[in-house]
Amino acid sequence: MLVWSRPGRIVIWAVFALLFGVLFLAPLAVILLSSLANQWNGVLPSGLTTEHYSDVVQGAAWQAVRASLVTGFLASALALISGTWAALALRIQDATLARVLGVLFFIPSAVPSVSVGLGLLVAFSHPPLLLNGTVAIVMVAHFVLISAFTFGNVSAGLARLSPDFEQVASSLGARPAYRLWHVTLPLLTPYLVAAFGLSFALSMGELGATVMVYPPGWVTLPVSIFSLTDRGDVFAGAALTMVLVAVTLILLLGLERVTGRQTRS
Amino acid sequence: MSVPAFTGSNVMDVDAAKIRGAGSNVHFDKVSVAYGAHVVLHPLTLDIAPGEILAMIGPSGSGKTTALRAVAGFVRPASGRIRIGATDVTDLPPYERGLGMVVQNYALFPHMRVEDNVAFGLRAQGADKALIAERVKDSLATVGMSGFAERYPRELSGGQQQRVAIARALAVRPRVLLLDEPLSALDAQIRRNMVEEIARLHRDLPGLTILYVTHDQTEALTLADKIAIMRDGRVSSHGPTAELYRRPPNRFTAEFLGRANLLPVTVAESAAGPKGFAKARLGDAVLAGAARGEKPGDKTLLCIRPQHLSLTGDAEHTNRIVGTLKEVHWQGELTHLVLDVDGTPVRVSATRLPLSLPERGSAMPLFFTPGDTSLVPEDVCG
Repeated sequence: MLVWSRPGRIVIWAVFALLFGVLFLAPLAVILLSSLANQWNGVLPSGLTTEHYSDVVQGAAWQAVRASLVTGFLASALALISGTWAALALRIQDATLARVLGVLFFIPSAVPSVSVGLGLLVAFSHPPLLLNGTVAIVMVAHFVLISAFTFGNVSAGLARLSPDFEQVASSLGARPAYRLWHVTLPLLTPYLVAAFGLSFALSMGELGATVMVYPPGWVTLPVSIFSLTDRGDVFAGAALTMVLVAVTLILLLGLERVTGRQTRS
Repeated sequence: MSVPAFTGSNVMDVDAAKIRGAGSNVHFDKVSVAYGAHVVLHPLTLDIAPGEILAMIGPSGSGKTTALRAVAGFVRPASGRIRIGATDVTDLPPYERGLGMVVQNYALFPHMRVEDNVAFGLRAQGADKALIAERVKDSLATVGMSGFAERYPRELSGGQQQRVAIARALAVRPRVLLLDEPLSALDAQIRRNMVEEIARLHRDLPGLTILYVTHDQTEALTLADKIAIMRDGRVSSHGPTAELYRRPPNRFTAEFLGRANLLPVTVAESAAGPKGFAKARLGDAVLAGAARGEKPGDKTLLCIRPQHLSLTGDAEHTNRIVGTLKEVHWQGELTHLVLDVDGTPVRVSATRLPLSLPERGSAMPLFFTPGDTSLVPEDVCG
């Protein structure tokens, strides 16, 4: 919507700045200040220090970063493969079946993550599917929670893909596998990268299910942050939160550059 | 960015000679297509001879694209068989049919350079590198795009992209080239040029069989050896292009293929022979028209094209009707007149007008030769 009057534009920008500042910037600013605070008894911290960052780096922070990165990468990759596969498979199914299965894919995203964690704990605590206490159950939990988003992103990309590309490829003699690899997937790349980025970000911030199932030795960043703040070490928790934000941001910016290049080509 | 023409005939002879291959005939044998209970193509029996361009034209939803997609293998016939050459392709997947296809929006792969687009089909079929390089070079030369091999599709104009799409289809030496509204996305000027260039391409590749689907009668008239006019999922008429235009077998064909004046007449006297002229009455006028076996007393339509009506009579223009001048539209090269003849609007396209044109509402005689007319029955699907 175009606003033509100058006062109207000022009002709109003021409302935007207020909402953005209060809802988005203020919480992050408080966490950032906390991570650097020496003491915080008044409105603002009484002194600044980098001591909390030194503490978390010397502590288990890097192991948590590693656990989160590995979990995020593997779960997102798995979700990307299965979500893409599902989206491609549903495209050639009967419309009603595709709609029903599509809805089923989204169910895990509507269930509280704690319930997903609890469900997995119950389901995989007995032979023959004994995953409780292993890293695998963390991967499974993250996969269940993020796969709906990859499926949704890839499905949206496929819906926008003109069937002409694949049909022309077929008419020129390309068999289905060749067509998929050389035409469909390259054309879907921006959507695949976006799906991976979203899944990765979700996985990096996932706590509810992880806290239910994580084994000793595989403590992710959100679990570490939760433990620190639960013990009252708010400043260290804030420092670790900033590490989480920085790592996720760097990875997403990198992916965004890849997506941008793909879109331009 | 300038759009180079297809290469001239000297260069074309060299490149086209390498591309030239034996085209195959296409045979539709009672092919029908249905989506559930909805029949979109009624049993269609049709032949396209090797090296022939058949244009399928018709309004939206007439079944022309469905027929093309059935040949391509993208819709499965509910009944009937399709043969390309000696091969029954009805049950073959698209990638085993040996076709080339060009679609309205070009569908060039945006992540590949022009040369990779053209090489795509050959690579998909596992051709060796030397052959691919040679075919890419020849195909691009044939469509005048040799200098654009390393560009991406986004760096080309619409006309250039369509040339690359044609080169890509030609590179696999298709048995049949399927063109599905290939010029619809181009603006009018480029479309006119491309029609002429596709005609030139076919002159240089006379063995290439082409099924050309369009809703544009000018493209069909310019390019096609034969035309099939589709209506409501059926072939309304099918025959050599000039013949269909000059002697339309029914009202729909007469009106769809070019503009036609259709005057309701009553046959007064049959033709002497099968290709003779019958005499038909329109009010008080007795007109001679090319007959197709009408008998005295038959009610039929006399078809005369707007450009065949003359404002002045002579020894050849022996048919004469009188109408009331209603409208005059000057369009530069042509002036269109609309007259009322016994309650039927009659259009005249004149390149030159008399010095003194009667005023609107005045009576005005029109003249035409019997050889330019045709007696046309009311709609009968042929």
